[in-house]
Amino acid sequence: MTMYHFIVFLPVAGALIAGLFGRVIGARASEIVTTAFLMIAAGLSWIAFFDVGYFGKDLRVPLFTWISAGDLKVEWALRIDTLTAVMLIVVNSVSALVHLYSIGYMHEDPHRPRFFAYLSLFTFAMLALVTADNLVQLFFGWEGVGLASYLLIGFWYQKPEANAAAIKAFVVNRVGDFGFALGIFAVFAMVGAVGFETIFAEAKSLTGKTIYIFGGNFDALTVICLLLFVGAMGKSAQFLLHTWLPDAMEGPTPVSALIHAATMVTAGVFMVARLSPLFELAPTALAVVTLVGATTAFFAATVGLVQNDIKRVIAYSTCSQLGYMFVAMGVGAYSVGMFHLFTHAAFKALLFLGAGSVIHAMHHEQDMRNMGGLWKKIPFTYAMMVVGTIALTGFPFTAGYYSKDAIIEAAYAGHNAFAAYAFYITVIAAALTSFYSWRLIFLTFHGKTRADHHTYDHAHESPLTMTVPLALLAVGALVLGFGFKGGFLYEEGVKAFFRGSLFSHDNWHILHAMHEVPGWVPWLPTVMMAGGFAVSYWFYIARPDIPAALAKSQDVLYRFLLNKWYFDEIYDFVFVRPAKWIGRFLWKKGDGWLIDGFGPDGVSARVLDVTRNVVRLQTGYLYHYAFVMLIGVAALITWFLFRGAA
Amino acid sequence: MATWPILSVTTFLPLVGAVFILLLRGDDDAAKRNARWVALWTTVITFIVSIFLITGFDKGSPGFQFVEDHPWLGGSIRYKLGVDGISLPFVILTTFLMPITIVASWHVEKRVKEYMVLFLLLETLMVGTFSALDIVLFYVFFEGGLIPMFLIIGVWGGARRVYASFKFFLYTLAGSVLMLLAIMAMYYQAGTTDIMKLLTHGFPREMQTWLWLAFFASFAVKLPMWPVHTWLPDAHVEAPTAGSVILAAVLLKMGGYGFLRFSLPMFPLASELFAPMMFFLSVVAIIYTSLVALMQEDIKKLIAYSSVAHMGFVTLGIFTFSNEGVQAGVFQMISHGIVSGALFLCVGVVYDRMHTREIAAYGGLVNRMPIYAAVFMLFTMANCGLPGTSGFVGELLALMAVFKANTWAAVFATTGVILSAAYALWLYRRVVFGALEKDSLKSITDLDRREIAILAPLVILTLLFGFYPAPVLDMSAAAVGNLVAQTKAALMPAKAALLGVQ
Repeated sequence: MTMYHFIVFLPVAGALIAGLFGRVIGARASEIVTTAFLMIAAGLSWIAFFDVGYFGKDLRVPLFTWISAGDLKVEWALRIDTLTAVMLIVVNSVSALVHLYSIGYMHEDPHRPRFFAYLSLFTFAMLALVTADNLVQLFFGWEGVGLASYLLIGFWYQKPEANAAAIKAFVVNRVGDFGFALGIFAVFAMVGAVGFETIFAEAKSLTGKTIYIFGGNFDALTVICLLLFVGAMGKSAQFLLHTWLPDAMEGPTPVSALIHAATMVTAGVFMVARLSPLFELAPTALAVVTLVGATTAFFAATVGLVQNDIKRVIAYSTCSQLGYMFVAMGVGAYSVGMFHLFTHAAFKALLFLGAGSVIHAMHHEQDMRNMGGLWKKIPFTYAMMVVGTIALTGFPFTAGYYSKDAIIEAAYAGHNAFAAYAFYITVIAAALTSFYSWRLIFLTFHGKTRADHHTYDHAHESPLTMTVPLALLAVGALVLGFGFKGGFLYEEGVKAFFRGSLFSHDNWHILHAMHEVPGWVPWLPTVMMAGGFAVSYWFYIARPDIPAALAKSQDVLYRFLLNKWYFDEIYDFVFVRPAKWIGRFLWKKGDGWLIDGFGPDGVSARVLDVTRNVVRLQTGYLYHYAFVMLIGVAALITWFLFRGAA
Repeated sequence: MATWPILSVTTFLPLVGAVFILLLRGDDDAAKRNARWVALWTTVITFIVSIFLITGFDKGSPGFQFVEDHPWLGGSIRYKLGVDGISLPFVILTTFLMPITIVASWHVEKRVKEYMVLFLLLETLMVGTFSALDIVLFYVFFEGGLIPMFLIIGVWGGARRVYASFKFFLYTLAGSVLMLLAIMAMYYQAGTTDIMKLLTHGFPREMQTWLWLAFFASFAVKLPMWPVHTWLPDAHVEAPTAGSVILAAVLLKMGGYGFLRFSLPMFPLASELFAPMMFFLSVVAIIYTSLVALMQEDIKKLIAYSSVAHMGFVTLGIFTFSNEGVQAGVFQMISHGIVSGALFLCVGVVYDRMHTREIAAYGGLVNRMPIYAAVFMLFTMANCGLPGTSGFVGELLALMAVFKANTWAAVFATTGVILSAAYALWLYRRVVFGALEKDSLKSITDLDRREIAILAPLVILTLLFGFYPAPVLDMSAAAVGNLVAQTKAALMPAKAALLGVQ
């Protein structure tokens, strides 16, 4: 038993205890067991982080053989390197805090044991994902977090919207997994193995090879990486496969913080980082990653501008920030993308949990149009939300200032076909980010309240179980950027810190180049941040009549954004309805009219016609069959007997 | 090697139990109770006996084991039994599921004695099918097995049972007549009905094509493959719960087993010739039946259609002629046996309470049936191939093998992962989730101890084989390796000749 056994398996132990025996041991015991186990796992993760990141104690912990058939060998094993270690602290720290927070947030819910079981189950699946040693185990974790996400989005199963959102999340993710699975098959077909070590060792020999797929021969590495990236797009809610994430906000708010902000949705980014030795050899695929990331960053930010649901604003913000991370991956600045993943986990979880605290105070009101002026009522929550906001928008020396601005610089320094596009679009998105983030703060906490009397008067600050996690995350949002930038942002530091766990090479200098950009580039995001704040202040504090007037004068654009670019409507029209129509058509016409009509029903009608006229058999068809069978067997045996004799 | 005929005992012990039940007198409650208990004990003991097959089985050997060989019917046809790594898993699946189906039928009140007798007879015939090593003996078991199932549907079935039985009859009749002719032709050509000899006989190319097609007609109907699948939804809908379980879990597997035992090794050239057709039919089955499943209004029909889709992965895997693919075929069939059996049991649970299979009649069951909801969720996830359940391993292996053989087939078949999630989760949502609003459901009760007892072993196996599929994979590895090597060896000279011509 190593420390890593405890890190990975304590959460699942908690999940089993709470899930199977929750009704016996009670809600409080379930909460304590799962939360305590997660805290231990989180503590051990930090030890692991320093052990691996700074003392280089990389490790592979073999467990047992999973699948062994023919050429395919899949092992259960824990792969511990710096990339894993970074994910371990992100996952376990946020999860532990969310467990603690949920004790307060969910205290009125009758199904707490189930809730905590799901949370811990999710954490286990996520840990299996980040410690995966091969593609199939990665896929196990990948689908496992999908299951937990499905269960938690649909946690309040009596709400039809929650059920619909849960199914949507699972099925849209499956669309991504369709690509992921094909990517795994392609790797296996080309390399003959699914273990990361073997794949990376063989990757170089794949350059120039082609694979026959979709009716043509294409560059094998490009095809593999693009297929795998489709999986990443699903899980990380990237443009075209993003539609499930906003709906996922139907789940309880702690779930949104843990799964739909800090951990699961970053799995796609992690996957690209993990497979960076492969992606680095497929420049076309990297260009596509850049394109999709940048487009998502912009698209989601525009939709975030006009949403009224406090959680949906943050959800679109998450979507947009994930786009930033993919931009970094796409230009080859893997550690920079991981850095944003790392800091984003802290400040986005903070924002979600802060929003949860607001919702808690407002008796489950989520519409910002019914808020306002809350800072006096819940000053601590207000302060924490402001900290999260300045970190997200990139206020100097906070976490986002280091990680997000570094992505913009890396995009400027990047060389692929879409790097310039990504640079300009992420700069614009930085302004939008600042605008919608401050809009959220102003609408929620400032101005005269729009809440009804009763709700406003009874608004109250949250209990300690909820405020302590907020405070800890706020500390993270302030110091993580400054504290860890050495290991993530500077070439020498990255090579010493990540070593073999991320792609690096003697001729690989993006991290160097991004620090040598012209002087105006690093200033640009900060200017954008200030501009976004200024406009937001102008719109929502100084002249609150402007937004409404603007929405009226730009009605088409406003509706376009409010309806999320009409993606749901388009998908419903293009995919959902036709699938249902075809299903019904094949059932009624294909099976019913064609196959049965000309097959058994048609034949039986003819047979009945004949039998009615010739012999009136009164027996049931059962006996016909038995009779025919017996005659057949008798005939067969007779025939064999005669042949045997002859 | 054992000194007593374990296979014969496993095969005919249920028949002894059946005779015993026939000897029971009277129709009162005591007789019914006795019939149930006799059936249960018989199937349990049979299962225990079959465990000796596992413990005595040499996994390393690719050949037939526990072989019994006695003269029968005038010398040329022999009573010959034996199992290898391909058939043993199915024997165990059958003996394992039988006690569960008997307990699941505990509340059947109509003609209990006959019911139990038919199930025991069915077990004999199913085990016999998988262990017969003489092709005539195989045929007798294979076709004979349909008679009890036929009567089970026809007598204990639902409202449209006659129509369902009739459809079943027409489809299977066509297949079995052709197979019978093929068996005669094989005997005529090879001069033996011994399967072990036929396996190495090497039929001429021209003849292989015809024999392959004749066997295909029978196996494709049993499996069932598109487009000869339409009997299955009707048969399932009308069958009593235990009948559905056996039908889905074991009887369908006879088709897949047939491809593995006869088509591939005996007619390798024809198998290769028809492989593209098999890929095509499998892919159509996966997409077509998944879409149809999406729109079903009857729970059992939905699961029946999803069965056809899952069997598509079996034929895909088998006709890649690779170790991974054929292992996938075996594993997927075992896994589907467990999962689909469990799903039909889950339907049976609510059917027993509400006497309807209409999806629209349910909704919000989780409110009153949390244990049921959890169990049903597990099997729903296994049905859509979630990693960590047995459903994943078979699909993964099959698709990996297919991708190497034909990327088009793999791409289309992989859409099944999207469609299966859609129909399975939508079903689950409509039946289990939501508020409990219908008055008829207000007093519905959760699983009782009997129901938990029959579902628990299936829960355990679904998860065990999901995380550790080695028990099945290792059992079949040597025999599959041998089968694949032989098939490839048979194809080699043909390929060489083709290249020589070019």
